[in-house]
Amino acid sequence: MSAPALSSSALPGLDSVLFAAHLSERASLPAWWLEAKKAAWNQFLALPQPSRTDENWRFSNLKDLNLDGFTLPEDASQKIASSATFPQTAELVFSNRQLVTRSTLPADLAAKGVIFAPLDEALRDHGDLVKQYFQKHPASLGSEKFVALNTALTASGAFLYVPAGVEVALPFVIQHTLTGANVATFPHTLVVLGPRAKATVVEFFVSGGTATERQLAAGVNDLHAAEGAQLTYVGAQHWSRETLSFQVNSIAVERDARVLALNLHLGGRQSRHESHSRLLGPGAHSEMLALTVASGAREFDQRTLQTHIAPNTTSNLLYKNALLDTAKTIFSGLIIVEPDAQKTDAYQKNRNLMLSDEAEAHSLPGLEIRANDVRCSHGSTSARIDSEQEFYLQARGINPTEARRLLVSAFFEEVLNKLDDEVLHSALTALIASQFKR
Amino acid sequence: MPSLEIRDLFVALSATPDKPIVKGLTLTIRTGEVHAIMGPNGTGKSTLSKAIAGHPDYVITSGDVLLDGKSILAMEPDQRARAGIFLAFQYPSEIPGVTIANFVRAAVQARLAEGEDLDATAYYKRLYSKMDLLKIDRKFTSRAVNEGFSGGEKKRCEILQMAMLEPTFALMDETDSGLDIDALRIVAEGVEAMRGDKFGVMLITHYQRLLDYIVPDFVHVMYDGRIVKSGDKSLALELEAKGYDWIKQELATA
Repeated sequence: MSAPALSSSALPGLDSVLFAAHLSERASLPAWWLEAKKAAWNQFLALPQPSRTDENWRFSNLKDLNLDGFTLPEDASQKIASSATFPQTAELVFSNRQLVTRSTLPADLAAKGVIFAPLDEALRDHGDLVKQYFQKHPASLGSEKFVALNTALTASGAFLYVPAGVEVALPFVIQHTLTGANVATFPHTLVVLGPRAKATVVEFFVSGGTATERQLAAGVNDLHAAEGAQLTYVGAQHWSRETLSFQVNSIAVERDARVLALNLHLGGRQSRHESHSRLLGPGAHSEMLALTVASGAREFDQRTLQTHIAPNTTSNLLYKNALLDTAKTIFSGLIIVEPDAQKTDAYQKNRNLMLSDEAEAHSLPGLEIRANDVRCSHGSTSARIDSEQEFYLQARGINPTEARRLLVSAFFEEVLNKLDDEVLHSALTALIASQFKR
Repeated sequence: MPSLEIRDLFVALSATPDKPIVKGLTLTIRTGEVHAIMGPNGTGKSTLSKAIAGHPDYVITSGDVLLDGKSILAMEPDQRARAGIFLAFQYPSEIPGVTIANFVRAAVQARLAEGEDLDATAYYKRLYSKMDLLKIDRKFTSRAVNEGFSGGEKKRCEILQMAMLEPTFALMDETDSGLDIDALRIVAEGVEAMRGDKFGVMLITHYQRLLDYIVPDFVHVMYDGRIVKSGDKSLALELEAKGYDWIKQELATA
């Protein structure tokens, strides 16, 4: 027998010992949940790493998807304010695995049955509700292994439930802050809007500390909008420049409901984002939006699926990437129209603004139509920044960095304009602008 | 007294540096002066103004441009602008998604010291007063820069920017082209309002009519890449009456 090679087991890692410890800390949670976590852990171990032969990972950098050497962080329980610069209904701020800031839900909303709680608390107090919706419609766009890892190890989850007919004007804010080197976080956000309910959720993903530490984030969102509900979800990813990030969105839209999901991608070293919308009832609408500032040597890998299951449903996808330096983006989108989904109106567009000759944008739009009376279109464009516009701005004394910021923000305006909330709109504009500071 | 000095300047397109368009042009503009540069099409007038502003399509192959005695050729376009040079474009770019208010604000902000914040109230007060002067509807502040603007609106917007940025030297490239007589008068009034001992102008134009409203101190005729004749405002009237052919003939016989 040869001596064991120095392997990942020699380093602290996401191994079975660590999982067992994580589970034993949660022994008081419902049995079904613990079973689900065990099953997920086994699934994580059983599923292979993404491989070159997998169409879902075409063009992706696979060699740096290694999870070796990551571990769960120590609790960092210092109080942290959220990145939200706008008025909000309530907020939950997680630092590493710990909930560190929680504002009180306004009494009138609590009285109406609104629940906004960390996932572990919701599992204790509203276990049946969580069970009913947790991963009810899993996305399957390639990251199943990392979604399984999320279910197994999630500790910083959030649950929002807005009952039938309740409308909440100001956003619910969730923030995940990760501090330390070689640490991992597994955020899971579950949002359930009852019939005709209305709410906005803004979720921030930020790194604390020096922002140069190697980190892992594998997050999942389950968004459910029941009949006639209106949900706006904004996810703002601003991880450190050495973070490996997976984020998987599942969006379920029932009859006459409307979900707008806008994901802002700014940070991370390699950031994989998957989003799957299901149009489940007639009149359902899904607006899938994303804005990416791809700078440095970052890779942003976005995979989407719009599944039209019911007739008379609409979906509109617009993903815009601004590429600088030697950054790389991948967009792969598919629209599937099921046989019953007649009168579907689906649109998918990826637009890339190239601000560097060395940046690389891949676009793989696709359609799969099994009904005969539908309107579907898709497309992708890549355009270089207009040098006359750039000169015009510089001729007014605006430095090249600021000129580019203005042109990128102009390019993004079409997407941001889809937000009804002006205050949120300008907060996101400011967050994007911060990427361009010299 | 501040000066903009163009010394034996040769300019070509970056793509064809061996084919000069401006061929040994020399001219000094001091603050307080308005110099009109006239001449037929294709003689290098626009090339001259764009090269001074630092347009990347043009290359200065020899000669120099000095602002207050210091060469600006090593400066980037934005640095030249902040140093006090303003190019009023013949064809201003449309920038969808950037409002006039935000655009001008970014330009004003660019002139403040690091860390100094713009006083938004004072900024809007000033912007509105300049807009009133130029008879620009206040609704324009929320419109995208030059997008869907008429020719006259674009030129008035150029003058608005000039009025807000208060350059030391303005290079006005055919600001009168595409303007009806009312717009021309408004634009001219905007320039006249800035005229004084802290402001110098190089006014490029084909036509005498703008010079009825902005009376130049000097008139230069540019032909084949250089200044071939200089005089006062009466030279413009002479050109209006006789055209450019007599200049060409004079050159041929010289």
